[in-house]
Amino acid sequence: MKSCDKLVEIGRRQFLRGGAIATAGAAAATIAPKAAKAQAGSALLEYPSSRLGSVQNLEVNEPLQVAYPDADAPGVLLKLGKRVEGGVGPDGDIVGFSTTCPHKGFPLSYNASGRTLNCPGHYSVFDCEAGGLQVWGQATQNLPQYILRVDDNGDIFAEGVDELLYGRLSNVL
Amino acid sequence: MAFKRHVDRLPIIPADAKKHNVTCHYCIVGCGYHAYTWPVNRQGGTAPDKNAFGVDLSKQQGPETDAWYAPSMYNVVKQDGQDVHLVIKPDKACVVNSGLGSVRGARIAENRRSDVTGTQQQRLTQPMVWRYGTWQPTSWDDALDLVARVTARVIDKDNENDLFVSMFDHGGSAGGYENTWGTGKLYFQSMKVRNCRIHNRPAYNSEVHSTRDMGVGELNYAYEDYGLTDTIFLVGANPLETQTNLFLNHMIPAIRNGARVLVVDPRRTVTINACEIEAGKDNVLHLAIQSGTDLALFNTLFTYIADQGWVDKNFIAKSTFQGDVAQRQDSKFPSALGSFEMARSACKMSLAEGAKICGVSEGDIVKAAEWIAKPNEDGARRKCVTAYEKGIIWGNDNYRTIGALVNIALANGNVGREGGGVCRLGGHQEGYFRPSDAFIGRPAPYLDQLIIKGHGKVHHIWANDHFKTTLNAVEFKRVYNRRTNLVKEAMDARAGATREELIDAIVGAIEAGGLFSVNVDIIHSQIGQCAHVILPAVESGEMNLTSMNGERRMRLVEKYMDGPGSSAPDCLIAARIAQHLGRVLREQGRDDYAAQFDGYDWRTEEDAFMDGYHTANPDVTYDRLRAMGNNGVQEPVVGYKDGKLIGTKRLYANGEFGTSDKKARFCGGAWRGLQAPGKASEKAKYKFLINNGRSNINWQNWFLDKDNDFVSDRYPYPFLEINPEDMTELGLNPGDLVEVYNDVGATQAMAYPTPTARRNETFMLFGAPTGTQGNVINAGVNELILPNYKQTWANIRKISDAPATVAHLSFKSKEYATD
Ligand code: SF4
Ligand code: FES
Repeated sequence: MKSCDKLVEIGRRQFLRGGAIATAGAAAATIAPKAAKAQAGSALLEYPSSRLGSVQNLEVNEPLQVAYPDADAPGVLLKLGKRVEGGVGPDGDIVGFSTTCPHKGFPLSYNASGRTLNCPGHYSVFDCEAGGLQVWGQATQNLPQYILRVDDNGDIFAEGVDELLYGRLSNVL
Repeated sequence: MAFKRHVDRLPIIPADAKKHNVTCHYCIVGCGYHAYTWPVNRQGGTAPDKNAFGVDLSKQQGPETDAWYAPSMYNVVKQDGQDVHLVIKPDKACVVNSGLGSVRGARIAENRRSDVTGTQQQRLTQPMVWRYGTWQPTSWDDALDLVARVTARVIDKDNENDLFVSMFDHGGSAGGYENTWGTGKLYFQSMKVRNCRIHNRPAYNSEVHSTRDMGVGELNYAYEDYGLTDTIFLVGANPLETQTNLFLNHMIPAIRNGARVLVVDPRRTVTINACEIEAGKDNVLHLAIQSGTDLALFNTLFTYIADQGWVDKNFIAKSTFQGDVAQRQDSKFPSALGSFEMARSACKMSLAEGAKICGVSEGDIVKAAEWIAKPNEDGARRKCVTAYEKGIIWGNDNYRTIGALVNIALANGNVGREGGGVCRLGGHQEGYFRPSDAFIGRPAPYLDQLIIKGHGKVHHIWANDHFKTTLNAVEFKRVYNRRTNLVKEAMDARAGATREELIDAIVGAIEAGGLFSVNVDIIHSQIGQCAHVILPAVESGEMNLTSMNGERRMRLVEKYMDGPGSSAPDCLIAARIAQHLGRVLREQGRDDYAAQFDGYDWRTEEDAFMDGYHTANPDVTYDRLRAMGNNGVQEPVVGYKDGKLIGTKRLYANGEFGTSDKKARFCGGAWRGLQAPGKASEKAKYKFLINNGRSNINWQNWFLDKDNDFVSDRYPYPFLEINPEDMTELGLNPGDLVEVYNDVGATQAMAYPTPTARRNETFMLFGAPTGTQGNVINAGVNELILPNYKQTWANIRKISDAPATVAHLSFKSKEYATD
């Protein structure tokens, strides 16, 4: 029998198992974003522009654990090896997503063969190659995706999120 | 790109927001929610004393937090004429769902009509009549006068057979005890309308006659029985998708505690996938039988279990009919009912025979029998909950198949006891309270066929969309369009005429084969395109509404917003129709008949509740239900004490059943192949099984979801799950549009590659607005007019490459994979 807390743990471990970087441990794989500041009363939030990684360091189908827009919002950078809508970088294949399930906030794990993010909470599946579209599941949103920019050095910056993140009523706290 | 809302913050619910009890009005599970409303010019803050949760919202909240809501749970709506913020979020304290929301229920707020956010602009706001070649808005009095005058021309005292009625019988949505009573009083008390049908089937009948005839009401357990059982036995059911939080909040914890799962379904579903993840493959047995052979399987299991002596002899002796036949087979009873021994001999089927018919191994049938009935090592009864749904309700030989399944539970004494129960899982919630329908008789008239044959003159429709959900739908639509068009043309030809002249013209068209169609609904439905009068209704939450869920848990949904425009509760619309009919009949000097339409002086839905349900359940009032909150009370209510309604956890706990002598009956129905007319030949003629049913993401016939961006983006067309090798043979790529056709009709769907689908066995989403699955279902029904949707065969051809609306979609496996 698995309690919910354990499920969270399992989800985390499954996620970490998904990529080579993971063996280095979560802390090493996480690149700290710039401090975000809560906004007061504006119609649209202003997001920090945070460097999450660089094109040179990404391997195809090996997820890089990141956090955005702040350290409490885990996410992932992925190089898919295939041009996708919303993908950036020289091959148009780099995408970033929140890895907190928008249903009840369980941590998603990366399924490398299907290139999906899967939720151990209630079995939801999100397609990383289709903008985080919920293939099947209980969330009422598709997976929040990062708006990414790559600069001339190949550094990858996140500059926004296209859906509300689970567990916060403002993406920027 | 996948649909994104680009909503990255939401207004915070202030500490003093109004909080209303809400039961999700979609599926039978009836999850508890709360609706919070507050003035549009105010919002809460992140400090604990500034928000409804009393927590610091400037911090990230953890998994399963109460202090978060998704954009789909938010809207701006009208309340008492003012714009207010609305959040509808799951209730953690509700025992049904413990804070879980499904992909359907967690969109209640987003699926409310809003002039501010623009959602659900398809909702009807005012009555409309066919005038000047289109629908023109008008007043209630004008519209109802026309309805009453035309209806009064075709009905008379003791002769109401030319008035046809299609009316919902469910709870939730726009149903509930108030609205079934309002319509029921009008058509079954003031009138005796025999030619009627229910929202999802072509006659006014039970979906589960046999279990009721056997004395076993179909909703007899409590959801907590899943947590007390040894085996969960699912038949023709896919609860992860269609009773989601029953599965997640009750079945999954039981499975994690060691309950085994047995699933009978020709198709591998996500339910089976989830059970395997939680229980391990060894504790899940999927009997993927040949479509329509459930009866053979159950009779084989029953025979084997009885032969092993794995039965509860005391229970059989004390609580079931002794002797031979209690009810012989005739035109009203598709099989004999009676004693255990009678059923044993009538249903006898060997393992070898059963395995051959069902296409599963003898070993698996034995294993299933052991999981269902083999006593535990200490000799104690093995507890088994049996849950079934449309797979057999809308499948082959409904009466005998359900009866055979209930036989197994009765033999083991697994009814009325902890960890037992043999129940349907359900679609909508229930909320049925009407005068007796016994005068309709059995079998009930096959309404859709009568319409096709030219019968009926006036048709009142209450939230039924036959065009999307009936069987033999192509022919039905063709005839319905033609007959209602005759009336439209007659009305068009008399534009500018007086009311009397117009009525004469309409009646003339009716006498020439036309049909006058009155459509009461919340949206302009597909069949509503044929209507001559359209009347706008409200839904749950736009009125106070009571229903019960799949364990008979009754709750009051408190009204939290205004209905659109001048729309009204169905019960009050029914009352107004009655009053207008009474007025018109008196004007015509038909006073005796007019008097039958007295007794509708209801000002509110609560008045209708008190006039109906309350008279039979005097302990139950709105105030008391309100006090019982989202946990409500399980029906039947047996008393009121210390400020609480006292309910009934499970039925038949005293071993007395719902027959005249209180003894349950066994069903003696032998296997007889594909029972409904035309099915066997269709199977022989066409290559593909077109199995069909519901999906997780959309609610039933999509009436609101067709206007929901998140849902219609995912499935712009109904999916057709099909084996990839079949796709190759047909030259199909994922997302291509196909035509599904047989000699009944044709429809379209979007190919969804599904490696787990067996060759030549497809599954098509039912009820979709962009591809009516019922177009290819033949008219064949059982003896009691239950449709057979599941056993349908057709051919498939490609229509087009994947259209642009499909290009961005994912066609990956819906299963959760752990590797
Ligand atoms: S499981 Fe059913 S009742 Fe519960 S939230 Fe989902 S649709 Fe509503
Ligand atoms: S938390 Fe991810 S599916 Fe429920």
